[in-house]
Amino acid sequence: MSHIVVLRVVAKLLIPVILLFALYVQFHGDFGPGGGFQAGVIFGSGFILYALIFGTAVARRAVPAGLTRITLAAGVLLYGGVGVAGIVLGGNYLDYSVLADDALTGQHLGITLIEFGVGLTVASAMITIFYVFAGQDRGPESPEQ
Amino acid sequence: MIAGHLPVLLVVLPLMAAPVCVLLRRPAWAWTVAALASWGAFVAAIGLLLQVLDGGPISYPIGGWAAPWGIEYRLDMAGAFVAVIVSAIGAIVVPYARASIEREVAADRIYLFYCMYLLCLAGLLGITATGDAFNLFVFLEIASLSSYVMIALAQDRRALTAAYRYLIMGTIGATFYLIGVGLMYMMTGTLNMADLALRLPAVAETRTILAALAFLTVGICLKLALFPLHLWLPNAYTYAPSAVSAFLAATATKVAVYVLIRVYFTIFANVDVFETMFLREVLMALAVLAMLSASAIAVFQTNIKRMLAYSSLAQIGYMVLGINFATLTGLTGGIIHLFNHALMKGALFMAVGCVVFRLQAANLDTIEGLGRRMPATMAAFVVGGLSLIGVPLTVGFVSKWTLVLAAIELNMWSIVVAIVGSSLLAIAYVWRVVEISFFKPTPEGAPAIAEAPLSMLIPTWLLAGACLWFGIDASTTLSVARASAAFLLGGAP
Repeated sequence: MSHIVVLRVVAKLLIPVILLFALYVQFHGDFGPGGGFQAGVIFGSGFILYALIFGTAVARRAVPAGLTRITLAAGVLLYGGVGVAGIVLGGNYLDYSVLADDALTGQHLGITLIEFGVGLTVASAMITIFYVFAGQDRGPESPEQ
Repeated sequence: MIAGHLPVLLVVLPLMAAPVCVLLRRPAWAWTVAALASWGAFVAAIGLLLQVLDGGPISYPIGGWAAPWGIEYRLDMAGAFVAVIVSAIGAIVVPYARASIEREVAADRIYLFYCMYLLCLAGLLGITATGDAFNLFVFLEIASLSSYVMIALAQDRRALTAAYRYLIMGTIGATFYLIGVGLMYMMTGTLNMADLALRLPAVAETRTILAALAFLTVGICLKLALFPLHLWLPNAYTYAPSAVSAFLAATATKVAVYVLIRVYFTIFANVDVFETMFLREVLMALAVLAMLSASAIAVFQTNIKRMLAYSSLAQIGYMVLGINFATLTGLTGGIIHLFNHALMKGALFMAVGCVVFRLQAANLDTIEGLGRRMPATMAAFVVGGLSLIGVPLTVGFVSKWTLVLAAIELNMWSIVVAIVGSSLLAIAYVWRVVEISFFKPTPEGAPAIAEAPLSMLIPTWLLAGACLWFGIDASTTLSVARASAAFLLGGAP
């Protein structure tokens, strides 16, 4: 679809805004509506829009499938790791209060990290699923399989 | 310090090992991580059972948020007992899977298999550990989604449709469970199981709660494949990779049975569930039908994995029957059969996996004379088969004897006849395999095959040996099962 000028121009204008909005939803999540899941979906869909307009080959150069696999796993590990950090620092699993010197900062830190892990994994999962479906015609030898 | 955190470590260990497998990618490394995590979970489960035996139920508030507001992990005797058997099977299947999966799953997907395996294990263990009805749904979904993927990883294309059918049926089951939980939440405002148990009696007669009970029952029965909601199971177990069949047959439906026990005896502890909506009669009729019809169908199967799958359906009937008696002996029988059937079906599916490893297929016509060519494998199959029939000195005898006793206590002689009849049918289908493999001559021109590799034989014999061990000395398992049943029947925790 890269030959349709209107789509290309609008997409180029919109994609940075979409990604920025995703980050807003991500980091505003601990105070207002939002959070990692929604942010991850928005971020992922912004990227999928890019791939739809400019082609998956370009998109794969920007974010290789190998990278999304790593971030996919890293998000889960970040979430779980924050939980284990709670145990190491003397609280229960996922107890954020012990993460910092005072409980309030700890709670903020904990929820921010956790939600970042969720966002990372959800965005990577969206992109990975898109790649797998978009790569169907490339046969069983494609690297996503 | 670690001991106090065991309830959560039981789940977190396999859960966090799963993404590590994805990061490492190499099959050998992924296998190592899976082995470490699953054996770690097994040690944690044993530790938990010892703690529960020592000091009663353990409660662990996640994040320090006290129940009933926060999510509570709560392990009582029944939960710890099921956690032990699930993690034991999980730990034994991993060494077995190494050679088996290498042969049956594409090389570049092996690390994904171990990732899914660990996620499934985490989900199943989470179900046993959690004391929160909604959290249980989440774990149910983790376990189910990963098992769909594991089934679909087989190279046989039919595995894809089998996994898809399982996905549809499993999702309906999970959704029904969630609707049930939602309805209960609507009436009580709580999701904590112990809290639900206290609040449900006040609203038990409302239509909402009756609907909730109906949704929960149907949803969970879909997951545990109670006749006639079993249609997803035979294909899923037949076409899945052998290690997956062994793991799922020994754990997934057992955990679903455990969920049924949890709902009836913990959440609805203070409500007489079996007297509402003919639940006792309906479940009993379905359980007996499952025992007889699935055993009868198993007699006519030529694919041994499919035969075992139908036999699993019959065995699930026994467990539901035991739960349905709702007496001490009956529930003990259901719980002990849950444990024993995991051992025997694990051993049987692993033995068949060894045959598949050498012959690529396990059909009745390909195993002629196999008893002489693969004696150790087929001997393990015979031990498992004898357990399935319920021959004395095997675990099958212990659980069937307990169930028969429970039926006699209630003067239900027709049920006794059904149990014996189903066992006779089991003799028929197990004997066919034994006869063909031991008493038929090896056909001319059959490929010369060696015994399965030791890495597969030792785990198979560990489970087959356990079938004998816990059959000869059932005092440990019986006393734990009896204590679990007594605790569950004792009312609200």
